[in-house]
Amino acid sequence: MNMLAWTVYTSFAGVLALMLLPSARARDARKLALVIAVIGLFIGFAGAFQYAAARGTSPVKPENVVQTVAQQSWVPGLGINYFLAADGISIVLVLLTGLAAVVGILFSWNIDRRPKEFFAFYLALIGGVYGVFLSFDLFLLFVFYELAIIPKYFLIAIWGSTNREYGAMKLALYSFIGSAMVLVGIVAAYVVSGAKTMNLIELSHYPFPAGFQSWAFPLVFIGFAILAGLWPFHTWAPTGHVAAPTAASMLLAGVVMKLGAYGALRVAMTLFPLGLQAWSSTIALLAGIGIVYGAMVALVQKDFKFVIGYSSVSHMGFVLLGLMTLNSIGLSGAVLQMFSHGIIAGLLFGVVGRMVYDRTHTRDLPELQGMNLSRAIPFAAGTFAVAAFASMGLPGFSGFAAEMQVLIGAWYAFPTFTILAGLGILIGVTYTLRVLQLSFFSDAEPNSEAAAHALPPITVPERFGAAILIAATVIIGLFPGVLLNLIGPSFASPLFEQLRKVGAF
Amino acid sequence: MNGFPIISVLTFTPLVGAALLLGMDPDRKRLAGLLALGFSVLALFWAALLWLNFDSAAPGLQFIEQHDWVPAIGAEYKVGMDGLSLVMVLLTAIVVPIALLAASGIQDKTNIFLALVLMLQTGLFGTFTAQNFFHWFLFWELSLIPAFFLIKLWGGPNRGPAATQFFIYTMVGSVAMLLSFLAIYWATGSFDFARLSELGRNGEISSALYAKFGWYGLSKEKLALLIFAGVFLGFAVKVPVIPFHTWLPAAYSEAPTSVTMLLTGLMSKMGVYGLLRVLLPIFPVQIQFVLTPLLWLAVGTIVLSACAAFAQRDLKRIFAYSSINHLGYCLLGVFALAKLTGDEAPWNVEKSAALNGVILQMFNHGLTAPILFCFIGFLEQRSGGLRGLDDFGGLRKVAPVFCGLMGIALFASLGLPGLNGFVGEFLIFKGAFPLATWATALSVLGLLVTAIFLLTVLQRVFSGPVNNHWLRLPDLTIRERLIVLPAIALMFVIGICPQLVIGKINTTVMQVVAQLKF
Repeated sequence: MNMLAWTVYTSFAGVLALMLLPSARARDARKLALVIAVIGLFIGFAGAFQYAAARGTSPVKPENVVQTVAQQSWVPGLGINYFLAADGISIVLVLLTGLAAVVGILFSWNIDRRPKEFFAFYLALIGGVYGVFLSFDLFLLFVFYELAIIPKYFLIAIWGSTNREYGAMKLALYSFIGSAMVLVGIVAAYVVSGAKTMNLIELSHYPFPAGFQSWAFPLVFIGFAILAGLWPFHTWAPTGHVAAPTAASMLLAGVVMKLGAYGALRVAMTLFPLGLQAWSSTIALLAGIGIVYGAMVALVQKDFKFVIGYSSVSHMGFVLLGLMTLNSIGLSGAVLQMFSHGIIAGLLFGVVGRMVYDRTHTRDLPELQGMNLSRAIPFAAGTFAVAAFASMGLPGFSGFAAEMQVLIGAWYAFPTFTILAGLGILIGVTYTLRVLQLSFFSDAEPNSEAAAHALPPITVPERFGAAILIAATVIIGLFPGVLLNLIGPSFASPLFEQLRKVGAF
Repeated sequence: MNGFPIISVLTFTPLVGAALLLGMDPDRKRLAGLLALGFSVLALFWAALLWLNFDSAAPGLQFIEQHDWVPAIGAEYKVGMDGLSLVMVLLTAIVVPIALLAASGIQDKTNIFLALVLMLQTGLFGTFTAQNFFHWFLFWELSLIPAFFLIKLWGGPNRGPAATQFFIYTMVGSVAMLLSFLAIYWATGSFDFARLSELGRNGEISSALYAKFGWYGLSKEKLALLIFAGVFLGFAVKVPVIPFHTWLPAAYSEAPTSVTMLLTGLMSKMGVYGLLRVLLPIFPVQIQFVLTPLLWLAVGTIVLSACAAFAQRDLKRIFAYSSINHLGYCLLGVFALAKLTGDEAPWNVEKSAALNGVILQMFNHGLTAPILFCFIGFLEQRSGGLRGLDDFGGLRKVAPVFCGLMGIALFASLGLPGLNGFVGEFLIFKGAFPLATWATALSVLGLLVTAIFLLTVLQRVFSGPVNNHWLRLPDLTIRERLIVLPAIALMFVIGICPQLVIGKINTTVMQVVAQLKF
């Protein structure tokens, strides 16, 4: 039995502990939350090592890829089990969640409004996300998925900024519509298969009729992909990211968008490969449009955070494009891109939301131009520069290894969209360079009023948080093999047997 | 070298220096300068060691280090050197310390400036020694980041647009090149330059591409040509080839002088190096297929840039265009090599001459152009930023040492026999003339215009009536003389004894020429 299940339990135990914390000691909430998140991260690492040791290497036996983490009968009458398991893809995303959770808390160290509740919602969200990445029972997966939506709403609605009610409600509505579509699809699959089981592995072997798949696939896929920012269902993402408090936008971009992409891969593509085959070029087209459209919209934003918000749409387009390539290199690229974007977007939002906005109280780029930020907060400028170059996909950072594999895969499947994606990278370079110059390295005359009062220096937790994420993107950029060894063999598992038949593996 | 990873040590020496500089107290500017210089001299020491240990007679790569990196995507850590890499590494090791010494005027965030220069040096060393695309592209792209910030943070009044233009132009080329290489990887499963050259010669790359792609019914030739075009664009922007050059004048003139020295001396060589290391060996068939347009591009680059230099009034811009012009001769030489194929043994003499000339020209231009910019920097410091062609006059009376030494560099750039520039250009013309007669003949026009505009500079700045403004212009200080003298001496040495360089590269040249059969 793998210890990974404890990531979920620890997070929810943390929620409970925070609720029991006496109000007088509310200031300690952040420390408690940090301890819980760090424990979760370490369990993730330990679980990853345990998993890798049990799976073995060279060659990896396909039957060892999916390892059971916890199994307990739940509603036997309906074939619902409490069934947690992990393959390489889950492990990578669990590690991402752990990193994002720790850094998010470090970047929320200055929350003083109802900190207990804030961190309780935060840990509940983390617990739900861990749960989704580990569930191999459809019903359980859906439960965790819903569990993650609710804290998200409150985090934005209570602690958010610009247009927070609007952003929170839009996000919640989009999420619920998506989940409703997913639920219909899951129930239909349960009924059609007649297998009286919600076990994903068992269902994945069931040959659903092609006619059924042709509508069930888009229903479930798009239901999930709404959260992954699939164009044209992405509009929740920029407003939600902008409205959310820093830690929540880090989690939204870093982890929640991955929930969507993960669900699309794990459920929709695994169960309905024939439907996938019929729809793949349409969805690849949407992904390609998303890459270019997100980048072009980011190019003209005046609000610093909107730039990053739209860039997330663009970068998630690479994930979806990679998924649609249906070959192992494109798919592993897509999963690596999930990890990479989680890290890089987290870093970008951390700089914008915490380091800049909490100090300057503005995200208006023309206004920031006059503040000479590279001198006022040089650490933030350096961090943002690193994050910007990582986000452009320069080699040496994780984004390159990921996007490169997606593009190799795409050359095979959709040569035309590859060139579209190349264009997207170039526009990405342009908007990133633009925002880098406007925000930190502007040559504009210093605005005397803003220059008059000095900004508070960057605090130690912020430095730690930024260092963790920079280290992650550089290490994975230079040694992507660390994660690719986990991801690659996963596609050989019996779970993807049907999927392998429609793709080129 | 007995298993000592000398190339890796060389590559990462400046990076260690950069890390130390970033971590140090920004106010200790003198210490920062010494530290940076120390690390660049250490790198020069390693480069000299490589030069001495390099076996001129052995074909193929030397000092090879090869390790698995990311097997899943064909990435290897593979470095090695042939004569071409050796010359470029030595050039880098020589020019960076000179540029660091010339950067003494930088007073703002000195330690970061010096750290970025050292990072750029690591990028250059990596680019000139990597033998696997993944590994090479890493350094190729990473050298952009320090270059961008060096222009953006320490440049002239229009530095913002200049830095952006430089970065985005280069990225357009890089992304096109990346897409092409990813397609090649998908088709052949290899990123190794040596392996890809083999496949390219056999025509197997185009067959493999054709087998893997059924794209809009493109024929095999057209598909390979499309992939070639992507790679070509990457190098064409970097060299640059006219009409992909428009980023260059702005970048060169806005960058601080020491950075311009690095841009013109070293980063432009990355482009020509790529042509020789990547484009010519991997795509000989495609180059031959579009040889006439390529030769026109080379001629255009040579002639138009010379004319543009003639029309400029800003000294930095004059030498920026002159730099394009000199690299144009390299283009001419490289493309002429692909003119004839097969076993035309008699032509191999001409081809060797051209290729020897190209590599020598890279070294010479890498030495002369930075020194010219260095002189302009000295002048700018004295004139308070003025550097117009008409702002001066009669300087030879006021500052004879300055004019004498800069005159030598100007004549080296012009190609006067006895100085280094002559040998490279002579060999290129000698080799290219029989191979690509019309293009070479037209290019002579470029030589003529170059002579005119360089002499104009000489006349307007050094001679004529003394401009009353500059009666008290101080001559070069001892320190400044010491900065430029070694390079000036080297110009004479190579001009008189080119064998020093050619001896190191000849085996490589013969090998490249012998392999150009397809």
